[in-house]
Amino acid sequence: MENSYDKAGATEETTRRSDRHGMLKSYYGMEKGAMKEAGAQEGVDINGLYFKPDLYIEKLLKEKSLTELMDKESEMVKQIRSLDSDMQTLVYENYNKFISATDTIRKMKNDFKRMEDEMDRLATNMEAITEFSGHISGTLQDRRQQIQKLAGVHALLKKLQFLFELPARLKKCIEMESYAQAVRYYMKAQKVLLQYQHMPSFQGIQEDSDAIVKELKTKLRQCFRNKNSSQQELSECVDLLLQLNEPAGELCDDYLAHSKQMLDEYLSQLEYQVKLNSGEERLKLPSELDRPAEAYMNPPMDILEFVDCGSNVFIGNICLVIASYTDMFINRTTRDEDWDATNEIAHKKLVNFVMTLMDQYFSYVEKRMQLEKETGDNTILVRALDRFHRRLQAMNSLLPDTDFARIGTDIVSRVAHGRVMHYLQALKQHFSDCLTDIRQSLAAPRIVGKPEGAGSNNLSELLMSAEVAVVDQIKSVLSNLQAFIALDITFAMKPYFRNEFCTVEVREGLMVAFLQHIHHTAMEFCDSMSDRGSAPPTLLLLLSRLCIDFENGTISYLVNLVDDQFMLASNQQVTSITSLCHTFKETAQKLLNHYVSMQGLIISQMLRKSVETRDWLNTIEPRNVRAVMKRVVEDITAIDTQVGQLYEEGVRKERSSDSSRRTFGNFSMSRQQQRSQWGRYTPSTIDNSLMSNIQKLFSEKIEIFSTVEFSKVSVLTGIIKISLKTFMECVRLRTFGRYGLQQLQVDTHYLQLYLWRFVTDENLVHFLLDEIVSSAVHRCLNAVMMESSVVDLICDRG
Amino acid sequence: MLVQLFHNEKSLRHLHNNIMEDDAPVIYGLEFQARALTAQVAETDDIRFLVGTQSLKFDNQIHQIDFDDENNILNKNVFAHKDGEIWHISASPVDKNILATCFNNVSDTKCEMAAALWRIPAEFDVGLDDTSSSSHSLQLLCRLEHDSYSNMFSVLWQPNGEGDKVITMGEGRFLTWDLNASGTQATMTGVASLEAKGQPKFTAGRWNPHSNATQIATANDTSIRLWDLRSMEQVSNIDVAHMQCVRNLDFNPNKQYYLASCGDDCKTKFWDTRKTDEPLLVLSDHSHWVWSVRFNHFHDQLVLTSSSDSRVILTSVASISSEPLGHLVEGEESDDDDQDDSSRDGQKRAPQTNGVLASYEEHEDSVYAAEWSTADPWLFASLSYDGRVVINRVPRAEKYKILL
Repeated sequence: MENSYDKAGATEETTRRSDRHGMLKSYYGMEKGAMKEAGAQEGVDINGLYFKPDLYIEKLLKEKSLTELMDKESEMVKQIRSLDSDMQTLVYENYNKFISATDTIRKMKNDFKRMEDEMDRLATNMEAITEFSGHISGTLQDRRQQIQKLAGVHALLKKLQFLFELPARLKKCIEMESYAQAVRYYMKAQKVLLQYQHMPSFQGIQEDSDAIVKELKTKLRQCFRNKNSSQQELSECVDLLLQLNEPAGELCDDYLAHSKQMLDEYLSQLEYQVKLNSGEERLKLPSELDRPAEAYMNPPMDILEFVDCGSNVFIGNICLVIASYTDMFINRTTRDEDWDATNEIAHKKLVNFVMTLMDQYFSYVEKRMQLEKETGDNTILVRALDRFHRRLQAMNSLLPDTDFARIGTDIVSRVAHGRVMHYLQALKQHFSDCLTDIRQSLAAPRIVGKPEGAGSNNLSELLMSAEVAVVDQIKSVLSNLQAFIALDITFAMKPYFRNEFCTVEVREGLMVAFLQHIHHTAMEFCDSMSDRGSAPPTLLLLLSRLCIDFENGTISYLVNLVDDQFMLASNQQVTSITSLCHTFKETAQKLLNHYVSMQGLIISQMLRKSVETRDWLNTIEPRNVRAVMKRVVEDITAIDTQVGQLYEEGVRKERSSDSSRRTFGNFSMSRQQQRSQWGRYTPSTIDNSLMSNIQKLFSEKIEIFSTVEFSKVSVLTGIIKISLKTFMECVRLRTFGRYGLQQLQVDTHYLQLYLWRFVTDENLVHFLLDEIVSSAVHRCLNAVMMESSVVDLICDRG
Repeated sequence: MLVQLFHNEKSLRHLHNNIMEDDAPVIYGLEFQARALTAQVAETDDIRFLVGTQSLKFDNQIHQIDFDDENNILNKNVFAHKDGEIWHISASPVDKNILATCFNNVSDTKCEMAAALWRIPAEFDVGLDDTSSSSHSLQLLCRLEHDSYSNMFSVLWQPNGEGDKVITMGEGRFLTWDLNASGTQATMTGVASLEAKGQPKFTAGRWNPHSNATQIATANDTSIRLWDLRSMEQVSNIDVAHMQCVRNLDFNPNKQYYLASCGDDCKTKFWDTRKTDEPLLVLSDHSHWVWSVRFNHFHDQLVLTSSSDSRVILTSVASISSEPLGHLVEGEESDDDDQDDSSRDGQKRAPQTNGVLASYEEHEDSVYAAEWSTADPWLFASLSYDGRVVINRVPRAEKYKILL
């Protein structure tokens, strides 16, 4: 207690108040538990709950001195006094409150007494009410039962009335064509009727209604068979009939038969279109029709219209049929135990049905597609195919067990194949047209009689235009075919179509096949036994150059173009560019060889006739070069210009200074040479065969019809070789007189003057001409050579 | 280029016995140019050929070449043929000493072809006197001449006949002759003329050994004609057999209707005379005119062609031969004494293929004639214009392919 009074005056009040609370608390025993925790040490706490005065005194006595005890004592007295006064104030403060509380309690006591009275009164009232209500319910009991009965009878009567009225209602419904209503009524009544069918009246009703329902059924059937009824009506009918417990299988059949009727009509329409387009059937004239308007109902459709019509009308309807069929017969909620089985049967029926119709449809579509031959442009066709194909894909999801998309793609493939073949044919045609054009333009100048040079001037142009035409044609065909693999085309994305189409069809079937065709055509020209053997030599030359050009770049350009445009992988098993090039090189070689032998033949024939028809024994002294030699030189010059337009000059053997001198007017050398050579064959020489053998030892063996190179000089050398060899063989078959030999001497000298410039190796010409002269010397009865100067003179003049 | 084999000219008059290797060719050189070559047909034991020379300035000769197969030696006899240069020579199928030539009768203004029959002098026996340098003359039997017909370029003996019938081919006609037993008298029995526009000239003729030798084939320009000798009428023709002149013909000795032709278009063609719109087979291995074509007498799949490209080519045409599958009939070949062993396994032969078997390049000038030996089926001779005769054999491998 002291502690709190020692404290500053500010806190004193609060401490006191809390002390007072503490006391109140202890009074009400609230903090009993808490105080106990304070433990034994609080026995000495004067403010503690468990204060023990003896213990405290003892402690004080032990611990404190006398003065301290004195002080303590006075302090305690002071505290006790203040505590007393505090107690007094408390009592005063709370006195009024006690007084009012007592007042309130007294008032309450009065109030409760009045309430008790009222409660008693209420209880009695309630008793009276209960009594009354019991009374009332007792009186009303009978009436209620009666009413209940009456209501039941009423309902029954209503039902009966419905039953009795049923036939009439049904009739009325049927009259009003609200079949659904009728079926509903019947279904409602049927159960009852079945239950009470032993009773004659009900039986009558049942019979009546059965009859009516039968009628209804026939009506429905009729509606079913009526081909004008719409799909919706149909499905309604089927639904009703199913409700009427008609056998599902029969209905399936009926339904399908009906659908077939309708679909067949569309198909026949398609068929009519196909026939119309193939020309099997002609468009009827309006006069032949019953109604002129019909003429406008079946106009010939183009392919896009056809496919649209096919997919919209036919496929649309077949889809509808499938969908409603599935709804009606397959997806129906299970009612029977054997529904699964019937379900399966129904499904099979459907599949069969669809298959037959689709087969027919496919065949028409394919026929129609095949008819699409004339157009050069593919886009319409491809669009048509695409629509066709898309539509089929949609169908696939409808009918799970089928793969129409696959069949459709097959059709697309076949059509594509047809198109490729068609294009190949067109390309071939175009190529042969090109050839005809070339032949015509080759023939034309000669008819008009223009100089040879003017006629052949355009050889390279002709070649160019032919090449460009062929390449352009191929390009346009390729771009047309690209329509088949356009990005927006669904079937183009199918790998089994795309790979096949790009590789087998376009690259091999079209590109390679066309190149092969060119090759074969060219080879046919080489085969002299065939009809084409009579081709003009210029054409052969042109073709050979064409083949070379193809080999040099066009092939790889075209094939790469195909590979690019159709995105082909290079590792596939396809004809390689190199093998194609190789073939073309061979072809070009053969053509050129053939050209050489043909031109050689023409000149040979001239020379042969000129040698064979002349009497060489009895000829006069030569004055001129024979005209045929001039003709030979002219022809060879013409050939030279011709070949020069298409082939490069080629490599010549280096001309010796000797030969150049010989050609440019200095004839002394050649004269000496000739004399020295031909002098050997004078009659006095015994060892002429020895000499000729020695001569041959130093000269090369000549291949006459040998392979030529792709150059002008090589070609010309080939032709000249053939001609001169023929000349020699002919000379060997004749016998010459003196002047005959001299004429030949003049002729060969003339040839020598003009032919050297055309050949790779002029020594070859010299050698062959020497052979001719030496052969003639052998075959001469009186071998006297002409003076070289005279020969020169004659040749210069001629 | 080809380096030519040079032969010592001194040895040209002597036999050439090159290398002893079995398949090596044997070469014999004449001093004159030559076109005419034939096997001595009646001789079936010794390998003999006759060659006629062509020279306008000197006396011409006929060389009888005898080839000793075992020793690989050539023997020769030379007979003078003074009447002119020889363009064609053919030997009697019966008497080995009788031969026919076509030769040039030349005057200053005229040159005419004539034909005559000759006998090789009897006292001059082969091989005994090859050192003799002076040549003996042939003994003239008779001239095949007629007042109204001249210019004969070849004489054909009736094949397999008695040696008493010949045909002479003229420019636009051919004549048939009967000979008396000794061959000293010739009587013309028939003439057939070529009728066509222009002045058609025969270039070749060949007597068909089949059907009793009643048919001959002729060639003029590009066409081949067949004639019946009984009626002397043309029975059929192949209009454009070759693109250019047809040079020579030969009948297949074992297949009745098969005919070979060759010509200036460098091709050799094989025909079935019953169906002439297309050749059975065409060979084009030569690079210049083909001057002669010959079937092997025993193995008709072997065909020999010679050409002015200086080559002789041996080709197999097994597919159209009488033995397309080898020997199917056992003992078929047993007549040939050197083929007795061939019939042993004849049935099992694989079919032979067509194609060039060998190309012989020993010549340096045009080869106008090549002939099979009548004695040895594997041996043949070829003659080039420069007077070189080459005797060659069928390559061994091919021979065994046919035999075994």
